[in-house]
Amino acid sequence: MCGIVGLFAKNPEVEANLGALLAPMLYEMSDRGPDSAGVAFYREPVAAGHTKLTLQHDDLNFNWSTLRKGIKEEFGASTGIERRANHAVIVAHADAAPVEAWIEEHYPAVKVMSAGEAIEIYKEVGRPEAFIETFDITSLNGTHALGHTRMATESKVTTAGSHPFSTGLDLCLVHNGSLSNHNGLRRMLRREGIRFQTLNDTEVAAGYMMWRQREGDTLTEMMDNAFEDLDGFYTFLIGTRDGFAVVRDPIACKPAVLAETDEWVAMSSEYRSIATLPGAENAKTWEPAPATVYSWEKEAVR
Amino acid sequence: MTTATDVKVVDLATTPLRELNQRLHDGAAGGPLRWRIINPGGAHAVAVGVDAPFEIEIEGHTGYYTAGMNKHAHVRVNGNVGVGCGENIMSGTIHITGNASQACAATGRGGLVIVEGDAAARCGISMKGVEIVVKGSIGHMSAFMAQSGALVVCGDAGDSLGDSIYETHIYVRGSVEGLGADCIEKELKEFHREELGRLLTAAGADAKVDEFKRYGSARRLYNFNIDHAGEY
Repeated sequence: MCGIVGLFAKNPEVEANLGALLAPMLYEMSDRGPDSAGVAFYREPVAAGHTKLTLQHDDLNFNWSTLRKGIKEEFGASTGIERRANHAVIVAHADAAPVEAWIEEHYPAVKVMSAGEAIEIYKEVGRPEAFIETFDITSLNGTHALGHTRMATESKVTTAGSHPFSTGLDLCLVHNGSLSNHNGLRRMLRREGIRFQTLNDTEVAAGYMMWRQREGDTLTEMMDNAFEDLDGFYTFLIGTRDGFAVVRDPIACKPAVLAETDEWVAMSSEYRSIATLPGAENAKTWEPAPATVYSWEKEAVR
Repeated sequence: MTTATDVKVVDLATTPLRELNQRLHDGAAGGPLRWRIINPGGAHAVAVGVDAPFEIEIEGHTGYYTAGMNKHAHVRVNGNVGVGCGENIMSGTIHITGNASQACAATGRGGLVIVEGDAAARCGISMKGVEIVVKGSIGHMSAFMAQSGALVVCGDAGDSLGDSIYETHIYVRGSVEGLGADCIEKELKEFHREELGRLLTAAGADAKVDEFKRYGSARRLYNFNIDHAGEY
C-alpha cells in the first residue's frame, strides 16, 4: 500500500511552519504504511561550494563530533551538528563526492541519507506517529517537503529500505506501488556503475533516475524514459532543490490527489491528509492524470 | 418524537464513523429521515450500506467508498469524493457536487449517480444497471466490462472507453480519446433519445440530446471464436 505526502510552501508563513503542517498529513497516512516512515525537507540552503550531508548511524550515542572533526580536518566543515534521533546534519566545505568517499572509508557504518545544498532526509522503521515524535518533525521549517509511510511488500523493513530514497544531489524519490522488473533493471544499472544498498524496488527506480540524470536527461526526458523502462505500478513524488514533481504510471493504478491554494500546493495518496491543512476545503483539488508530470518550482534564488 | 422534517446533524469531527454508520443501518424505524453529516475530513466509508429511504447530505470532501452499496437513500455530497463512491449502488441516488475519484459507481446494479464535476479513471467499471451522469469528463478505462445501465458524459471520455463491454448505453457529448475492445459507436435510436433525455433532465444537465454520440457493444466478444484462438 504505502502513503505519500508532499507540501510546497508559497509564502514565508507556510515555510516557517512546514514541519507542523506536514506532520499531521503524514500521520493521516499511518494506516497505509505502518512499518516505516520518512521525510525529505528542503531548508536553509548552504553556501556555494559547501555540501549539507544528512548522516545516519544505528547507534543513538554515536560520536558525531569526532566524525565532524575528521571532515573538518580533511575538507573544512561548519561548526555545529544538527542531531535528530540517530541522524545528524553536517556541513562540509567541499563537493559531495569526496566527502562521501571519505566517510565510507573511515566510517563504514555511517550511512549518507542525503547530500546537497538544501535537502535533509530522515527515515526510520516503526510507526509514523513514533517517527514524527522521535525526529521532532513539527519543528522543521523549509520551502517544501516530501513524506512517506511504508507498508513493505517486496523487501525487508529496514532504515535503508525506507523512503525517501536519495537519487543524487538535492534529489529524492518516494513511491507508492511496486515494480515488477526491478531485478533486471538493478543488474543493468550496476553495470552502469550505480550502487545499491537493498533489494528494494524503489531503490532501483531511484538508481534509474540517478542514471538518467547522469546521462543528461531533464526531468521530462527522464520520466519519458521511465514510462518505457519501469514496469509496474507507481505514483512517484520526486523532490528537487527548488520544488517537487508528481507522476503516476500510465494506467494510474495507485492513488494520488493534488490540491492548491494561494498559500501552498499539497499532494497526498488520499484527501484525508490534505484535509488537515488550513484552507483545504476551498482549495482547488484534483486527481492527476496518468503518465503526466505535474511539477512546481520555486523561482531559483541563489 | 421525531417528524419527517427533523434533520439529524452528525459531526464526524466528534462522532466515530462506525457510530454514524450503525445509526444509519438501524434504519428508519422511529428515527429521523433526514441526516446532515458535517466535517467528513476525507474519511472513508461514510454512509455505506444504507438501506432506508433517508435523505443524507454530506458537507465536505469524503474518502473511499462513500455511500457504497446504497439502497433507497438519496445522498448528496457537497464536495469531492474518493475512490469507489457508490460502489455497488442498488437503488436511490448519489449526487456529488465536486469531482469523483476513480471507480465511481463501480459494479452498480441500480439507482442514479450524478457527478457535477469530473470523474477519474474506471468510472462505471463493471456496471450492472446503474445510471451515471457525469457533467464533466471521465478518465480512462471507464465502463470496462459494463453489463447494463447507462453512462452519460457531458464532457470528454478518456482512453479505452467501454473496453470488453457487454451491454450498456454510453452517451458522450465531447471527444473520446479511444474506444476499448469491442466498443463501437452506435446509432442513437428513438429509445436512446428518450433514455438520454430522461437522464439529462434527472441530473439537471444543460445539454441537448442531439449533441451526444452513443457507444455500445459490437457483440463480437460474447463467444469464444476458434478462428481467433491465436489472438486470445
